[in-house]
Amino acid sequence: MQPEEQSKGQRPPQSAKPNNAKLVGKLVVVVFGMFGFGFALVPLYDVFCDITGINGKTNDTAATYTNVEIDQSREVVVEFITRTNKQIPWEFEPVIKRMVVHPGEMYQADFVLRNSESRDVIAQAVPSVSPGQAALYLNKTECFCFEQQPLVAGQRVVMPMRFYVDPDLPKDIEVFTLNYTLYDVTGTTTGSTQMGQK
Amino acid sequence: MSSISDDVHSDNQHSDDHHHAPAGIKRWLFTTNHKDIGTLYLWFAFIMFLIGGAMAMVIRAELFQPGLQIVDPNFFNQMTTVHGLIMVFGAVMPAFTGLANWMVPMMIGAPDMALPRMNNWSFWILPFAFLILLSSLFLEGGGPNFGWTFYAPLSTTYSNDSTGLFVFSVHIMGISSIMGAINVIVTIFNMRAPGMTLMKMPLFVWTWLITAFLLIAVMPVLAGAVTMVLTDKFFGTSFFDAAGGGDPVMFQHIFWFFGHPEVYIMILPAFGIISQIVPTFSRKPLFGYASMVYATASIALLSFIVWAHHMFTTGMPLFGELFFMIATMLISVPTGVKVFNWVATMWRGSLSFEMPMMFALAFIVLFTIGGFSGLMLAITPVDFQYHDTYFVVAHFHYVLVTGAIFSIMAAVYYWLPKWTGKMYDISLAKWHFWCSLISVNVLFFPMHFVGLAGMPRRIPDYALQFADFNKWISIGGFAFGLSQLIFLALLIKACRKQGEAVDARVWDGAKGLEWEVPSPAPYHTFETPPEVK
Repeated sequence: MQPEEQSKGQRPPQSAKPNNAKLVGKLVVVVFGMFGFGFALVPLYDVFCDITGINGKTNDTAATYTNVEIDQSREVVVEFITRTNKQIPWEFEPVIKRMVVHPGEMYQADFVLRNSESRDVIAQAVPSVSPGQAALYLNKTECFCFEQQPLVAGQRVVMPMRFYVDPDLPKDIEVFTLNYTLYDVTGTTTGSTQMGQK
Repeated sequence: MSSISDDVHSDNQHSDDHHHAPAGIKRWLFTTNHKDIGTLYLWFAFIMFLIGGAMAMVIRAELFQPGLQIVDPNFFNQMTTVHGLIMVFGAVMPAFTGLANWMVPMMIGAPDMALPRMNNWSFWILPFAFLILLSSLFLEGGGPNFGWTFYAPLSTTYSNDSTGLFVFSVHIMGISSIMGAINVIVTIFNMRAPGMTLMKMPLFVWTWLITAFLLIAVMPVLAGAVTMVLTDKFFGTSFFDAAGGGDPVMFQHIFWFFGHPEVYIMILPAFGIISQIVPTFSRKPLFGYASMVYATASIALLSFIVWAHHMFTTGMPLFGELFFMIATMLISVPTGVKVFNWVATMWRGSLSFEMPMMFALAFIVLFTIGGFSGLMLAITPVDFQYHDTYFVVAHFHYVLVTGAIFSIMAAVYYWLPKWTGKMYDISLAKWHFWCSLISVNVLFFPMHFVGLAGMPRRIPDYALQFADFNKWISIGGFAFGLSQLIFLALLIKACRKQGEAVDARVWDGAKGLEWEVPSPAPYHTFETPPEVK
């Protein structure tokens, strides 16, 4: 717009009023657009991380296991660690801490959770894989983390997680670690599984 | 040009006769005059500078010796948080807006800002924002204590209820600076005097135009970030809560998408000020005017793609680390162009060393030190050592105190005689300069060393081996704080119109429309636009 104005040369300042409203309007649109963009970053971030797997999030809905070729020649070490958020006094442990797996083969890992409090609780486990890139190749067909776990006082459950490692896992990844952090979502939950909706 | 100044003069005499501004407090409450609002902004910024400075004194008193002596850790954290918020949003940004209000219309030959009523609003909501923020310190449990960067989950899961007040005060600050920025853009686009083409604009106007665009681009993102913190904390959303499918690292991405352009918001107007002062006291035109404009614009554009260099330790893939490292280092090219141009402007100029020039020279040297430590921080592998240490504190205080604040002081010493019509007390100014210059380096330079040795920031206690350096840092801090009282005395004297009368040009090498109007600048200037050749 500037070259135009320069060529006009003479411009009495009083006649600038209508111009102002137009420019202010445009700038206000930019302001609201950028406010919206701030919120748009949230889904953009999730999509970006889903595609690249850089934040170590695994699939949050069940994967299907069909016609996967098993690579018997390759061995990958999968480690499991668990922790509870904010020192919640629940017992949460993997039954097996370390597995040697062949890419493409189906495995099951069990996790034990006991509510050692005298109240009913709802728990949510959130997975995270390190190194993050391995998350893209860890396919879970069944996981307790897909939904929230209601536990009555003192209840003990064995929770299964079935998975296979994609044979396309980059060669330089020989070991990866799957961490589950357990959150107490009693009271804060809206009832349904937020993980599934996302 | 002298005929213009005569015209302007007689014109103003005329308008002053039939213009009766309300007296007393109402003059300031209802004013739509860009000079009044500029003055309000500048005094507000200075008061905030003293309040934020007092908090820094508490921090330095606690860190004078190892161990916990004066304040408890929670209060210490509130001090670091509110010190940062006040200095960024209450001191540096309003001071630059005040300078823009005073100078931009006078530099482009406009009678006032384009939207004077909005101008009044954008100032007068600001004191309420800081009243809300400061009052939260007196609530039960205290005010915000999660650092000015309010990382989730510190500001969501682990914060107290005063977070609501923090969020609303940041909203108001954001609205204020967005309105100020819109005003600057509309003024510059629509109110320039005939013949004042874009590439004839003084650099202070150019840098402010680009800053204003940065403001309207990123302040709304900050508003979005604090809104998400608010709903996460009080309304059960899970933007940053992993239990509900959110991600706390995403907070850092959103925050720094705002935060990095924000640091250029606080330095680009400073570049403009230095580019006005150096030519005046070198008695030469600015070297490489066009390259200065393009360098400013490219710094602004690059600022949008470097944000994750604040987050190297969050576990980024190698590609991300390389990208953000190289993009960050790229910024040093246009910044280097600027420093080169200032030095080239002085080269073979007939230099004189009045107060504005002294501050400008201190700016160039000390800002460059801050720039170099910034380059060190940009190197990903070593950033793992520097991250969250006092080295970072040293870096951003060199660019913000000896950078932004020194440039604001230079601007005040440069334009104050134009505002008051009297030369300020030069011997007080010299005391202020030398005391500030020495103490600021005693204050911030040793921070590099304790930082490299591993002293973490935002902790009220430290290991014994840092004791000697911290004692020096605290002494420098108290001295720098006291030095600013000299500045306060000087400003009070100047506002009482004590001192020798100055002529319209004030400095013999000064060029530009603001020096064509008489000193003190009349209440209304350029009611008939000047012709720029």
